[in-house]
Amino acid sequence: MTASFEEVLALGDDALIAAQRLAEWCAKAPEMEEDIALTNIALDQLGAARMLLSYAGELEGAGRDEDALAYLRDDREFRNVLLVELPNGDFAVTMAKLLFLSAYQRDRYRQLAAGPDERLAGIAATAVKESAYHVDHASLWTIRLGDGTEESHARMQSAVDEIWPYTYELFDDNDLRAGWLATVEPVLAEATLTRPADGGWAPRGGRQGLHTEHLSYLLAEMQVLHRAHPGAKW
Amino acid sequence: MVAPYEVAAQVLDPELRVVTIEELGILRDARAEPDRAVVTITPTYSGCPAMDVIRAEVTRALRRAGWATVEVVTQLRPSWTTDWITESGRAKLAAAGIAPPAPVRGTDGAAGPVPLGMPGRRPPAPACPWCGSTATEEVSRFGSTACKSLWRCDQCREPFEHVKAI
Repeated sequence: MTASFEEVLALGDDALIAAQRLAEWCAKAPEMEEDIALTNIALDQLGAARMLLSYAGELEGAGRDEDALAYLRDDREFRNVLLVELPNGDFAVTMAKLLFLSAYQRDRYRQLAAGPDERLAGIAATAVKESAYHVDHASLWTIRLGDGTEESHARMQSAVDEIWPYTYELFDDNDLRAGWLATVEPVLAEATLTRPADGGWAPRGGRQGLHTEHLSYLLAEMQVLHRAHPGAKW
Repeated sequence: MVAPYEVAAQVLDPELRVVTIEELGILRDARAEPDRAVVTITPTYSGCPAMDVIRAEVTRALRRAGWATVEVVTQLRPSWTTDWITESGRAKLAAAGIAPPAPVRGTDGAAGPVPLGMPGRRPPAPACPWCGSTATEEVSRFGSTACKSLWRCDQCREPFEHVKAI
């Protein structure tokens, strides 16, 4: 049994947009080691995105390859969750985004690795190990910042509060939230952070192509070269 | 003509130039078909930029050995694990100052629990490839390539890289 074009596209778009956002930290991270870490994570996301979008293109059967899907779609055709397109903010916001995203991706990939679609299972089996490392990395920083100074604690709490509403959309098409909470809640607790209460604002729409304005700016930068010079190679 | 496997097995990893792709466990199969050589490789990480170079170098090596048509197939399952690095690969990495990975916990990195918490509660540190001391500390969880982290030896004070166990 094979997965649907829409399902694989959504997974690929999450990874692609997350990669593009993380790559913005290149040469701008607070320290060199972290610069290397964030761009390595971006590279993992990009690698998964390439395999997923290539496969999505084959499932669609309309002749679109990974480049056509990445560079020649407008914002309304992207199916990523809103969380990944949000700006990086300060370092705490980037870590909150990474923690919430990678904890979801790890569990989703683990599920897919045991799923009926052989091709998707292969992609997921490689990506799940990388996601586990991303969770680990984001957890360490969340704990270090949350349980750090007064300033770092305040910033990390503010980042968690800001990003939390966007996490609900991650679970609209699966039943992984309980497992995700079991990963995220102990990290927040160890970081002496308050886990935001449920029942508040929960923006969504990314999976239907209804995005925040941030995605358009991101796409403009990501796509400009390919659109100006279609098929350009280096 | 030399068998495809023997040729492909000599190709060096472009980023870890001391080991071959066979020693690294990337080379899964190489066989002769009537009209071509077919080589199967498994990527280490999803986004490993070395994979394109490896495909190109495998193709070039086989063409030089007389195979006019070379097909390089990427196989994702079973997914690559550092447990596939051979004993000679580990020895060569260590001799080049890169601490080899410990065996992976469990059978599949995907199945095991992810350890949380600060570094004190992490798996044991790798021994320094220069002096052998185990008094080492992690400087950065990511290194110059996706597959490595950066460490420092508290005994001989030398920095070294470590292939992360996955």
